Amino acid sequence: MPLDTRPRVADPDAIFALLVEAHAGLDEAASRRLDARLVLLLMNHIGDEAVLREAIRLARESAQA
Amino acid sequence: MPTTYANPRYPAVVPAAVRSGRPEHRQVAIVGAGLVGLTLALDLASHGIPSVVLDEDDTVSFGSRAICFAKRTLEIYGRLGLGRRMLEKGITWKTGRVFHRDTEAYAFDLLPEEGHEYPAFINLQQYYAEEWLVEACNATGLVEIRWRNRVSAVENRPEAAHLWVETPEGDYTLHAEWLLACDGARSFIREALGLPFEGKVFRDRFLIADVVIDKAVEFPTERWFWFDPPFHPGQSVLLHKQPDGVWRIDFQLGWDADPEEEKRPEKVIPRVAAMLGPDVPFALEWVSVYSFRCRRLARFVHGRTIFAGDSAHQVSPFGARGGNGGVQDADNLAWKLAAVLRGEAPPSLLESYDAERIPAADENILHSTRATDFITPKTPAARAYRDAVLDLARRFPFARPWVNSGRLSRPAVLAGSPLNTPDSFPGGAVPGSPAPDAPVLDAGRADWLLRHLGGTRFTALVFGPPRALTLPQGVVALFVTEADTPGALWDHSGLARARFGVPAGGAVLLRPDQHVAARFADPDPEAIGAAHARALGRAAPPLRRAA
Ligand SMILES: Cc1cc2nc3c(=O)[nH]c(=O)nc-3n(C[C@H](O)[C@H](O)[C@H](O)COP(=O)(O)OP(=O)(O)OC[C@H]3O[C@@H](n4cnc5c(N)ncnc54)[C@H](O)[C@@H]3O)c2cc1C
Repeated sequence: MPLDTRPRVADPDAIFALLVEAHAGLDEAASRRLDARLVLLLMNHIGDEAVLREAIRLARESAQA
Repeated sequence: MPTTYANPRYPAVVPAAVRSGRPEHRQVAIVGAGLVGLTLALDLASHGIPSVVLDEDDTVSFGSRAICFAKRTLEIYGRLGLGRRMLEKGITWKTGRVFHRDTEAYAFDLLPEEGHEYPAFINLQQYYAEEWLVEACNATGLVEIRWRNRVSAVENRPEAAHLWVETPEGDYTLHAEWLLACDGARSFIREALGLPFEGKVFRDRFLIADVVIDKAVEFPTERWFWFDPPFHPGQSVLLHKQPDGVWRIDFQLGWDADPEEEKRPEKVIPRVAAMLGPDVPFALEWVSVYSFRCRRLARFVHGRTIFAGDSAHQVSPFGARGGNGGVQDADNLAWKLAAVLRGEAPPSLLESYDAERIPAADENILHSTRATDFITPKTPAARAYRDAVLDLARRFPFARPWVNSGRLSRPAVLAGSPLNTPDSFPGGAVPGSPAPDAPVLDAGRADWLLRHLGGTRFTALVFGPPRALTLPQGVVALFVTEADTPGALWDHSGLARARFGVPAGGAVLLRPDQHVAARFADPDPEAIGAAHARALGRAAPPLRRAA
């Protein structure tokens, strides 16, 4: 199963706000660790190594020059 | 400093060639009487092959070196007659605990499975292993260990390796048909032959303190690893118990630490005291500061010169893969060289040592590199993920396998070896695996399967009642049965056959180093013969597919 990049989240604004709020009051290091924990939790949920590899590749490729 | 062990001092050996001035000729010369050179000499002697072992020093390993001996290593020493002695003196452990800051993140069990003669690990100081190997080598009458014989030049010729050797009373030359270079991580022979030893240095230093703790103080026999503990903030610490009331403590120091400064007792004692707490009396036994590397030779076999152990590959100690890997090199090489010297196999069999042990070395390097990168994160991102894993591990079992405080040495499965005969049995010990152990009954006595496998010959392990089988020369049959049967080992628990993954009536061909060469649905002599030829690197008769 390839990485699903179709729109899947019903209310992106709400989820985006939730993500930003989760970082409230954290300094840069703590914020980075929160993201890291989040990534690990989600990676484990996904589980499929091929999907994870593709996600990492696409994330790297998608930075704006 | 040391109070629990006194290094034996062996007398220097000055061979006749020093006086005669004529070159000495030997079939096998081993350079380096370290863990690997001595194991190789002993293994060769078990095959009846004599060797001369040259070492520049006059004693066994000095100070803090290997302590963790893995199950497979113990099985190899079991085959060579030293396994029980190591097990009895060693500290058996199988539980590891990982702490993050001031709390336990999780604990793991290394060998949850019963029914093996040897445990997952023991801790034993390297010098005991070497001292007993010296005794065992001497007892064979086939190994001549020459202490204080330093190799100072080498020439690798097509028909023999020529060595120039310095002794306290003069020099001599030695021509060896086979030179086994076991001269350690700083191998002179490797340098002299100009062979690149490539890999990476970890920009970190570790203080290794072996301390004797008062007997009245109780610590469990476990491996404890701390990330970022309150008594050593920002770094890692490892605690391990050794025989003689000695504890190994590794403190990560960081790259900027000054090794000489860090070794001073005034510096070490407060570090240890902060860790053990104020009420634990201790004395320093050894102190050293190391930095670590992971690297290997591109090939281990170079004509008449073959590298084994640290001279061939070096790893960081997280995972205890250095010595354990080197002992497996010896296990792999000895029977092959013996078969070539006896004319039972073509010299090309030795190429399979490269084919089998290079992937094994790469596996060790990969694991030890990953562990080192986890312990010493190289970038802020790596550190954030590392800490995130530790944060999550406390609460969520899923994150525990992500914690890498050293993936402890497991035997290499020589899966891609050209000596294997592929098969299609589902599960069990695939060709290239070291034979799994299992409890058996031998004429009513409790025994272990591995004690009956390997050695100087191939074994056809047949899961069925004893019968006449026409096997190739050099293959002995061993029968293992489901019911008590005279002339067979009784697999009373059923574990033996299950672990090999063959059906009832099936068979397994094992090499002298106890690795699975082939598995069969029935002990067809023709198929066994073909697999045996293949495992000896002989042009095999056309293969009928096994199984
Ligand atoms: C702190 C530390 C902890 C470790 N912990 C573990 C562990 O827990 N488990 C594990 O498996 N491994 C461990 N290791 C690794 C292990 O100690 C080595 O992998 C092992 O000693 C390698 O054995 P060797 O025989 O290849 O080399 P060595 O033991 O280094 O022996 C080489 C020998 O060659 C001799 N020699 C060198 N040059 C010459 C010359 N020119 N002429 C004659 N003789 C020469 C030397 O005198 C020496 O005796 C650890 C290492 C360190 C440093």
